[in-house]
Amino acid sequence: MPDHMIQLVELTKSYPGQSEPAVDALTLDIPEGEIVVFVGPSGCGKTTTMKLINRLIEPTSGRILLNGADVTGSDPDELRRGIGYAIQQTGLFPHRTVAENIATVPKLLKWGTERVRARVDELLTMVGLDPAEYRGRYPKQLSGGQQQRVGVARALAADPPVLLMDEPFGAIDPLTRETLQNELLRIQREIRKTIVFVTHDIDEAVKIGDRIAIFSEHGRVAQYDTPEKVLSEPADEFVADFIGAGASVKRLSLTRVADAAVATDWPTVQRGEQPRESDREFLLVLDEGRAVEWLPRRDGRGGLPVLNAVGPDHTLYDALNAMLTNNSDVVVVTDAEGTYRGTLDMPAIQDLIHADDTTSVPRRATKGEVR
Amino acid sequence: MGFIEYTADSMPALLGATLEHTVLVLQGLGLAVLIGLPLALLTYRHRSRGAVLAVAGVFLTIPSYALFGLLITPLGLGTAPSVIALTLYAFLPVIRNTVVGLREVDPAVVESARGMGLSRTQTLLQVELPLALPVIVTGLRVATQMILGIAAIAAAVNGPGLGNLILQGLTSAGTPFAVYLTLQGVIGIVVLAILFDLFFAALGRLTTTRGMMIRA
Ligand SMILES: Nc1ncnc2c1ncn2[C@@H]1O[C@H](COP(=O)(O)OP(=O)(O)OP(=O)(O)O)[C@@H](O)[C@H]1O
Ligand SMILES: [Mg+2]
Repeated sequence: MPDHMIQLVELTKSYPGQSEPAVDALTLDIPEGEIVVFVGPSGCGKTTTMKLINRLIEPTSGRILLNGADVTGSDPDELRRGIGYAIQQTGLFPHRTVAENIATVPKLLKWGTERVRARVDELLTMVGLDPAEYRGRYPKQLSGGQQQRVGVARALAADPPVLLMDEPFGAIDPLTRETLQNELLRIQREIRKTIVFVTHDIDEAVKIGDRIAIFSEHGRVAQYDTPEKVLSEPADEFVADFIGAGASVKRLSLTRVADAAVATDWPTVQRGEQPRESDREFLLVLDEGRAVEWLPRRDGRGGLPVLNAVGPDHTLYDALNAMLTNNSDVVVVTDAEGTYRGTLDMPAIQDLIHADDTTSVPRRATKGEVR
Repeated sequence: MGFIEYTADSMPALLGATLEHTVLVLQGLGLAVLIGLPLALLTYRHRSRGAVLAVAGVFLTIPSYALFGLLITPLGLGTAPSVIALTLYAFLPVIRNTVVGLREVDPAVVESARGMGLSRTQTLLQVELPLALPVIVTGLRVATQMILGIAAIAAAVNGPGLGNLILQGLTSAGTPFAVYLTLQGVIGIVVLAILFDLFFAALGRLTTTRGMMIRA
């Protein structure tokens, strides 16, 4: 089956001296070119499953197929050079520079010096670090977020088709974490790798994943589905509990403003022009294509500045947040350059929440169990 | 005749003994590294490292006179028992620091090395040893300081080195130059200790690469 990059078949791992297996007969197919997120409470076997894939841990029983081929008996070092690996603690080599760290696998694969150097600079640029400034630094001269970027660059160095990431953004402040998540998604749009991403943060899983595997315990997958399905149709009590309150709000973060229906009928007026008659209480003042001011219809004076406009890459969650922040039921939508595109209002968002869902109470679903 | 004059007169003998002493210490240390380092590399991840360290520790508790004496039976008199005795004393600092240095390497660094496809040997040579090297060098430094003094006892088993001057001084106690002889031996050892220490301090700095020196 060529469209499944990684297939886990009845995979079991019992650690010596433990009464119950850490991973118990796990069967899971991971499609090529997608981000699959393993999410679940601490100790449920996410890391173990990940390390079974690149054979840092040997399975007690079961099989792992990579691109259709059984790799359970292959040379593990050979196998790992084709699988990128990034972990929370980064594991960067402290005695080597950023460039040398990134060059690790290409050097193992005996790439030429020139090719390695070009690749290092390309990767640093890709993860948002200026090569001239950072290639000669040592890991300890970087912030935590920068170290993570180097860790990701190092994992991608030899262009492996598969990337394993174990809580790569786990120890990073929420703001930087969000930036790194966005960058991972941007990079993934270019490189289309098969990525297995471990986290215990359901919000991160929903944001990052094309598919989410929710682990309950002993590597049992309670639900394996798209984020939309997981949020709208949790397979059981455990999944519903794990998602926690606010599934409806979380689903808003799945839709980007670019994909939402934006209203273009809000009355506008060019700066300096006479306000037209309108049925709305406020008019939008445009200046060189940008929305700059909400102008009261009645007296045309004492306008309010346009704050917290949302762009195409924002999500509906951001749009709702902007409305609440502005104490308003409408928010201005712009394109990537900041040019006015239209507006989005509260009723539109409510419609979207209930578009494919007759009730906001999570229903018990019969499908989705992947065993 | 004063000490300075006496020493100027006997300089060739003093330098000869100092050179012998240096060679003796280097032989003892070299043998300890040759045997101890592989032993540490083989056992640092294994339960057996406890037994290895315990045995190396026991050697240190044997009084030096007794150890040199005991080695006469299998090895005869002279250089051989002296070198072996020093090797046995140097084992503990060499092996323990190698084991500790390797075990102190951040497990995440080793795991990521293995995860990227470095073999066990490559991980050891490219990652673990370079990171452990400063600790290992400290072990060599401690071992050297320790056996520089103990090496003086080699004279008791007809071995080479500065111990012979001290022994001569002791056996001729009461004669005019007895104290001078002992003093020469002691000063020689102290000077050697300072020189070795300077050397290992430099080596320690050399093996601590820039990336490791930077404070996190
Ligand atoms: N080396 C080991 N030896 C013995 N037991 C282990 C070992 N590693 C993990 N375990 C056990 O296996 C189970 C699964 O551990 P694992 O690290 O895979 O969990 P996880 O889902 O990654 O958790 P977390 O979110 O805390 O990282 C746990 O009960 C753990 O105690
Ligand atoms: Mg884990």
